[in-house]
Amino acid sequence: MTDRPVRNGGLPDLKEIIVPNDLAAAKTPERLILEEAEASGYSENAVFAVKLALEEAMTNAFRHGNQRDPAKHITIRYRVNRERIEIEVIDEGPGFEPDSVPDPTKPEYIDRPHGRGIMLMRAYLDSVEYSKQGNAVRLVIINKPP
Amino acid sequence: MAEQTTRLQIRDFKGISIVEFADRKILDEICIMEIQEEMEKLVEAKSGGNILLCFKSVEHLSSAALGMLITLKNKIEGKSGKLKLSDINPQIFEVFKITRLNKMFDIYPNIDVARAAF
Repeated sequence: MTDRPVRNGGLPDLKEIIVPNDLAAAKTPERLILEEAEASGYSENAVFAVKLALEEAMTNAFRHGNQRDPAKHITIRYRVNRERIEIEVIDEGPGFEPDSVPDPTKPEYIDRPHGRGIMLMRAYLDSVEYSKQGNAVRLVIINKPP
Repeated sequence: MAEQTTRLQIRDFKGISIVEFADRKILDEICIMEIQEEMEKLVEAKSGGNILLCFKSVEHLSSAALGMLITLKNKIEGKSGKLKLSDINPQIFEVFKITRLNKMFDIYPNIDVARAAF
């Protein structure tokens, strides 16, 4: 569960949740974001995309960023409105260079069990951007009429 | 007679182990690790056997779950068995297509077609 309350971030209607570095705790922001997405009229496919991307981003933050360290935290900032959903997932790790992750569809990497999370996020969302340090990812999906 | 584990339902049909998932969402690490452990026990018990994974009840699949399937495929084939997949819904099949794993796995529309292909 969250160890700190939901509160507004620096921008109007941007919410921030800080959870312990624990995948069970990460379910709370996911549930809140998906509830807001459904209430804001996003399609089933869009909600699926947000869920998938959030799972990937949170898993990367937990496993690769925070190195499974239970003393660390994951910060989630988000804003959901009828036009778009914006989410930032920030870990406390040293960051990484996203371009250094090999293309998992290349024949030499296709049978590797890891390295597909970023690709899936990019395939499902309108924008996936990493911070310069590489420890924060900003996810955007635009609400498209059916 | 079907065998029910925590995460899987397993039944045998003419030497093929048909496995169905209890979870609708195969996303988080704990769930994936438990499925992998249960599947590895099955692979050990049925050394050289064929396994059919039915995704009928599965609605979500993460990249970590894809990784688990790749590891599983390698283990089954390492023991001269075969792995086939069936009943993958369109949203999840899209995940396979994006990652091009639809070319790596043998995927069939339903259990009957998959069974006949072993």
